[in-house]
Amino acid sequence: MAEPLLEVEDLSVHFATEDGLVRAVDGVSFDLKRGEVLGIVGESGSGKSVTAMTIMGLTRGVNARFGGSVRYAGKDLLQISDTEMQDYRGNEIGMIFQDPMTSLNPVYRVGEQISEAIRAHEKVDKRGARRRSVELLKQVGIPNPESRVDDFPHQFSGGMRQRAMIAMALSCNPAILIADEPTTALDVTIQAQIIELIGRLKDDFDSAVIMITHDLGVVADIADDIMVMYAGRVVERGATRDVFYDPQMPYTWGLLGSIPRLDRPRPERLYSIKGTPPSLINAPRGCKFRPRCPHAFEKCQEEPRLEQRVETPGHLDRCWLDVDFKREHRGAMIAGESTEAA
Amino acid sequence: MSSPNGSAPLIELRHVKKYFPIRKGVLQREVARVHAVDDVSFAVREGETLGLVGESGCGKSTLGRTIVRLLEPTDGQILFRGRQIEDLGPRQLRPLRREMQMVFQDPYASLNPRKRVGTIVGDPLKIHKIGDAKQRKAQVEELLETVGLSPEHYNRFPHEFSGGQRQRIGIARALALRPKLIVADEPVSALDVSIQSQMLNLLEDLQNEFQLTYIFIAHDLGVVRHVSDRIAVMYLGKLVELSPAEELYQRPIMPYTEALLSAVPIPDPDLARRRKRIVLEGDVPSPINPPSGCRFHPRCRYATEVCREVEPPLTDYGNAHLAACHHPLNVDAATLAAATASPQTPRAADEDALPQDSAGAADPVRGDTPG
Repeated sequence: MAEPLLEVEDLSVHFATEDGLVRAVDGVSFDLKRGEVLGIVGESGSGKSVTAMTIMGLTRGVNARFGGSVRYAGKDLLQISDTEMQDYRGNEIGMIFQDPMTSLNPVYRVGEQISEAIRAHEKVDKRGARRRSVELLKQVGIPNPESRVDDFPHQFSGGMRQRAMIAMALSCNPAILIADEPTTALDVTIQAQIIELIGRLKDDFDSAVIMITHDLGVVADIADDIMVMYAGRVVERGATRDVFYDPQMPYTWGLLGSIPRLDRPRPERLYSIKGTPPSLINAPRGCKFRPRCPHAFEKCQEEPRLEQRVETPGHLDRCWLDVDFKREHRGAMIAGESTEAA
Repeated sequence: MSSPNGSAPLIELRHVKKYFPIRKGVLQREVARVHAVDDVSFAVREGETLGLVGESGCGKSTLGRTIVRLLEPTDGQILFRGRQIEDLGPRQLRPLRREMQMVFQDPYASLNPRKRVGTIVGDPLKIHKIGDAKQRKAQVEELLETVGLSPEHYNRFPHEFSGGQRQRIGIARALALRPKLIVADEPVSALDVSIQSQMLNLLEDLQNEFQLTYIFIAHDLGVVRHVSDRIAVMYLGKLVELSPAEELYQRPIMPYTEALLSAVPIPDPDLARRRKRIVLEGDVPSPINPPSGCRFHPRCRYATEVCREVEPPLTDYGNAHLAACHHPLNVDAATLAAATASPQTPRAADEDALPQDSAGAADPVRGDTPG
């Protein structure tokens, strides 16, 4: 297999606030190869967006403390200066944000905004940049790109704006595309279009994709690997099929059980994970999921390491429970309460 | 309108239209109209949950707001417990407001940030002059507990709560007046899946406890199937399919429904890769100049000449399953022959243009033949 494109090792991101130190990301490691799609899944506040934004160098600030390394093309992106970072941001690593309604500037034409991104990184004249913008809009499936390039964002629908954002992220042929909840604000039909588009463009541009979402369903058919995050940590990681068909972490079961599924009979009640994610300032002792876990026992007072506990190489988790016990008992959480039982 | 199990409808819509005028020039002359809701008829029984689905811009939210009379219908009748309410004035509406409440989509925008939770939830009681201050406080505290918050939250501000908790506050406010009908407009789409399932279970519990009737608006058919007894599918202001929930999912008749079902993500990688997804091209057309004939025809893969010219009638295929399509899916010859135009058909549609052929019998979700 090829050399990894991006290597994140033991990354931690802490923010000093008035209330205390927020441990937003704690000891996250993964690598990403060319052509690969990594899905990062977790609830709000699990640290998935902070991880992505740190790779992009967007969390730098006086209150931020970093640990570990983010290696890209032989450089540690955490160590380089802000000016140096600009050569990577956009150029080598592109990002699509969640909200297509607010991430475009409403007073500039869509084409101007894409041209600006191109001209920030490459020496091209205005006309050349405009030609490239039209071409990009065409690639992301905007009808009549020659005329739509002069539209303002308000003239675009939500789905079209997200396409324009993707066009902008792709404008400099980035090697890595980070999509942070790219479809959460969109209709399911448009969501299907955008996911298909990202999958196709990944092949066209031969880039790697990091797809961040709270919905496991969204990444099921596009991701090669899945990383489940909880309270700033990776709690389970593995090939997509392993995580879906042999999930090891009760948190992953809860996420799977929360989704109303069309491919299964309707359960009487959906499984719902009790309570809310823990505070990142005073995280619980031991396993971070312990207070919400129905299977917690004494040993969970001590935090398990992220390691391989099943036969499949590369499938890691943080759970003390016995693998056979888990395989026997996870069904109830994943399937919700069946109609018969009620 | 027939209601399958015979109990009287709580709310009934008859040919309801809502157009928004577009005005231009010094004289503010009306130059065009947005056909947001265009001749929709259906009834909701007491205790039932009706799911209302469709893409953004299909008119589902406008219809929801028209039902609770936040918007004035342009035409048609709305009956609440058999009583016509579409032309009632503000004063006459007031007692009715106690019966119908709404839960909004955005838990951040739908709560006044300057008011305390106790005031937000207690205001409906105050407006309707229910009890004295002390009784109201007790009632609000009880409501907070009912929706899974704690009575100590009474004096907090909305910003102190997470998205899911705020949505619970919104639900408590809607419940305050013990309404019969709750119109929930995308109540879970702004929430994480884990919080979403908590909220869906809560809504279900409340329905059982207070005998509520829900009109549940959403764009995600997975969520809607989970909560609904019946599902109404809207497209560009028109009701295009209305069916019992399980039946809609087993046997979608309208190609638009088929496409919507196939777009719902399935959290099973093998199944997700195997199934063929019908990706709808483009966006919903403008409701200012909706397409002629069947409004879905420009995006429909089965469309023919007749779809461009004739608006299909809302056809009754039996088993309370209605659909408006010239080329229905999953319908056998006998059902097709027995199909009749439903009285809920829009007035502009041609009642005699009943479908002549069935377009196919592929089950979009499972990829096998329907059982």
